[in-house]
Amino acid sequence: MSGLIARKAGMTQIFDERGSTVAVTVLNVEPCKVIARRTTERDGYDAIQIGHGAAKRQNSRAMQGHYAKQGQEVMGGLREFRVTADAEFELGQELNATMFEAGQKLDVAGTSKGRGFAGVMKRYNFAGGRATHGAEKVHRQMGSTGQCQWPGRVFPGKKMPGHYGAERVTVQNIEVIRIDEEANRILVKGAVPGAKNGLLELRSAVKGA
Amino acid sequence: MRALDDVTKEQIRGDIPVFREGDTVKINVRVVEYKDLKGGKVESRERLQAYEGVVIARHNKGISSSFTVRKISNGVGVERVFPLHSPLLESITVLRRGRVRRAKLYYLRELRGKAARIRERRY
Repeated sequence: MSGLIARKAGMTQIFDERGSTVAVTVLNVEPCKVIARRTTERDGYDAIQIGHGAAKRQNSRAMQGHYAKQGQEVMGGLREFRVTADAEFELGQELNATMFEAGQKLDVAGTSKGRGFAGVMKRYNFAGGRATHGAEKVHRQMGSTGQCQWPGRVFPGKKMPGHYGAERVTVQNIEVIRIDEEANRILVKGAVPGAKNGLLELRSAVKGA
Repeated sequence: MRALDDVTKEQIRGDIPVFREGDTVKINVRVVEYKDLKGGKVESRERLQAYEGVVIARHNKGISSSFTVRKISNGVGVERVFPLHSPLLESITVLRRGRVRRAKLYYLRELRGKAARIRERRY
C-alpha cells in the first residue's frame, strides 16, 4: 500500500450512528499522481514517487526534465512512498481518497506547529516552580541541571529550553471515519499534526490492523 | 471553512424551534440501551425520556452548537447540556417564553424558589 498527500482543512465534529459526537479532522486530498517508480535493482529500494497539487512557482530545468521524462506536467511537489516490489502502479496513475476505506487505520505524518524558542514547561512538560509562597522569578524555570563537583558537568541530552515544534511528527493508528469520493476528502478521528492547510502524508498503519 | 461546513451540513437539523435563554423547554431524549451479545451482535432497545427545565445558556457554533437546561429535581439543581443537532433529541418543545436580560443565566444557580422565577415574555 502506498500513500496519499492531503491538506488539513481543520477539525469539527460529527454524530455517529449511535448519536454520540466524534471529533474529526477533515483532510482534503491533493490531486496525486504517480510520477516515478523506484526499484530494488536500480535504486536499492522499492517506492513510488507521487506528485501532488498544482505547480506554483517556476521550476528548475532539472525539475521540468524529471517530469517531462515521464510525460507529465510539473506538479506542486514530490514525495516518495515505499511499496512492495510487486505492487502495481502505472506512471501517471492518479490516486485519490478511495485508496483508503472507512474503518481503516492510518499513520499521518506532517510538520507540527512551530512554537519558536520555548521554555521547558511547554517543551518538556516540566512542573516549573510555585506561583506563590515567596517564589521569586522561578515560576517557569527548569530547576537543577545536575549534581555538584562530581560529575562537575551537565550531562549531554539534558532537557533545556530551545526551539520547539515545526518538526516532522507522525501520529499512528488514526481511524478513518468517512471517505468522500466526490470531494476527494477523508475524515479521520481525532487530531493530526500541523496547522490548517498544512501538508500531510497519509499511509496505511504500520502497526495494528 | 468551506470544507468543514460541507462535511457537517447534512447533520445540521432544520427542525429546531426558535428558543432562547430563559425559555422553559421540554426535550424528548431518545435513550438507547445497547447490549453486546455473544458473537459480536448488538441488541438495542430504545425509549424516550423527557427532560424539562429552563434554558440557561446557548452556545452557537454550527454542528457543535449546544444548550444547557437547568431544572430542580428533588430539591437538587440539575443541569444538562444537549448538543443542539444531536440525532438523539427526538423533539424540543417550547413551553414558556421567559423575559431575561442576559445571554447566560448562570446567576440562577445561586437562587432558590421564588427568587429563581423568570418573568414571562409577552409580545
